[in-house]
Amino acid sequence: MSKSNSNALIQIDGLKKYFNVGDGTLKAVNDLSLNIAKGETVGVVGESGCGKSTAGRTILRLYEPTAGTVLFNGENIYKMNGSKLKAARRNMQMIFQDPYASLNPRWSVESIIAEPFKLHNLAGSRKEMRYKIEQLLDRVGLKPEHADRYPHEFSGGQRQRIGIARALAVDPSFIVCDEPISALDVSIQAQVVNLLKDLQREQGLTYMFIAHDLAMVKHISDRVAVMYLGKMVELAESEALYANPQHPYTKALLSSIPVPDPEIEAKKERIVLKGDIPSPINPPSGCPFRTRCPAATERCASEVPALREVSKGHFAACHYA
Amino acid sequence: MSKQETVLSVKNLEVAFNTRGGLVQAVRNVTFDLKAGEALAIVGESGSGKSVTAQTIMRLIPTPPGRINGGTIDFKGQDILKKSEKEMEAIRGKEIGMIFQDPMTSLNPTITIGRQITEVLMKHQNMNNTQAKERAVEMLRLVGLPNPERRFAQYPHEFSGGMRQRAMIAVALSCDPTLLIADEPTTALDVTIQAQILELMKDLQHRLGTSIIMITHDLGIVADMCDRVIVMYAGKVVEEGTKEEIFKNPQHPYTRGLLRSLPRLDQPKDEPLIPIDGTPPNMMHPPKGCAFADRCENAMRICAEQDADVTTHSPTHASRCWMHSAV
Repeated sequence: MSKSNSNALIQIDGLKKYFNVGDGTLKAVNDLSLNIAKGETVGVVGESGCGKSTAGRTILRLYEPTAGTVLFNGENIYKMNGSKLKAARRNMQMIFQDPYASLNPRWSVESIIAEPFKLHNLAGSRKEMRYKIEQLLDRVGLKPEHADRYPHEFSGGQRQRIGIARALAVDPSFIVCDEPISALDVSIQAQVVNLLKDLQREQGLTYMFIAHDLAMVKHISDRVAVMYLGKMVELAESEALYANPQHPYTKALLSSIPVPDPEIEAKKERIVLKGDIPSPINPPSGCPFRTRCPAATERCASEVPALREVSKGHFAACHYA
Repeated sequence: MSKQETVLSVKNLEVAFNTRGGLVQAVRNVTFDLKAGEALAIVGESGSGKSVTAQTIMRLIPTPPGRINGGTIDFKGQDILKKSEKEMEAIRGKEIGMIFQDPMTSLNPTITIGRQITEVLMKHQNMNNTQAKERAVEMLRLVGLPNPERRFAQYPHEFSGGMRQRAMIAVALSCDPTLLIADEPTTALDVTIQAQILELMKDLQHRLGTSIIMITHDLGIVADMCDRVIVMYAGKVVEEGTKEEIFKNPQHPYTRGLLRSLPRLDQPKDEPLIPIDGTPPNMMHPPKGCAFADRCENAMRICAEQDADVTTHSPTHASRCWMHSAV
């Protein structure tokens, strides 16, 4: 991957995050390298335990990394401290999956959104802050009077809008969206996704969009990274990834998703993978996917496949891609 | 059993719950039939009453706070709502099996998987221990668990999520039930595991001729494995039809909106999503007229005042909307 990408806002290089657990080391993120350009949305997909959420959190330095660097605007965020780190944190925000757990139920919406203002000393007078909060609520499609209410008075979709308003309060340039719509009803998901897209257009935001809903990821992302057991196994422009997947895992993942169209479903040849995802504590040798891969050979057990460019801008970590 | 025989017939079902905030009318005037060997999907968002409908068929609604206020549930000629708890015990697990969303909370963590299957067999099929064990191992093999003899002696915590769901299907199917109710059986699972479980259910349905009620919010799953669809909104059935009718020719604005709001893998990514604006109504005070009127782009004055009657579009297709009944 080109390391001298000048318009990259985020440059992730060799990122590793290991956790010590009772009987070994859990390699949640194992050597992730990825650049995210300004204004771009990179989707990250994979099944539970693949390391996508850990990657998002480590990139924001909510976790300290085991190894590797993340450059934000060319500066290593893991080397920052004090006021510099605080300024970087202001620029990098997060939207969480569970709109019930991520808002303090005892705080009014005004206090929830005011907190980032206070933390970063952007508050000004009380009146000024109230004005800013009302503007933010308006921008995410809520009403100014909602500021005086409490989280339990809102539906899931509305709560997620509050979470988005809180993330936007400090005017960030990069937002990690960790499964922001998974907990919402189908008819509400499109509302939130459209809001995220509008905000991106208006403010030039850069997103890392973590999800397991591949159809929604395709819709919102410019490029998509597929993760399996801590490794990125494929990265491509979203149209290319869906039209021409290279890694056997990506192929299986795409074919596993039922399409809401009976005609397509009737014709589809589904690749049903055998077995379960192996434990990330003792991942298989060589290629992590080889235990479930329909095309695995001896080479896959002995040699770790490198992520290589199979066509322009399309990377896959498979010996046979 | 012939393909046309009706296994289950729900008529004018009304279920409400007493809560601290007031009476919640969870299921309102729900009517549908299920034929032998058929897979019926109940689709709707959270709070639409789809799970309550299913649990009422199993008589699993705690009363109080729940209250069945009206209607009949006819299962193979017997009125489920008139059964005593003891009579229900003979039906549950034997004639109607149920799979829940979360296999960890529906399997007993202190009892081995094998024992949880043999218990059902010994209770309902009068098998002795040896026969039951034989059949249980056979069931575990049938649902695709490798090493069924070893798995038989293990506890639920030793199983992964997908394996637990397979074990639960084994429990539910062990007595060859006429009807299998699956309430979001794959929502907690990853997509590659979901594909395995759906294949398994389809395969078992074809092999054993079981009727299935599949409760889901995922229209992809409906397209994949169901024959007919019921769309619920705010406790009512707003549309009913064959899978083809619902996907190719949806009539109710909610069904249309739902299908339009989905991103699809087979569509170019730059087509914007068309969401349904607003949120579902509060079921403590359901609207006087059509519950969807607030969010409906075609709403007319009458929609807010009075709910529409059911209009029939074909022998299998019906919807509840003034756009059709007003004509």
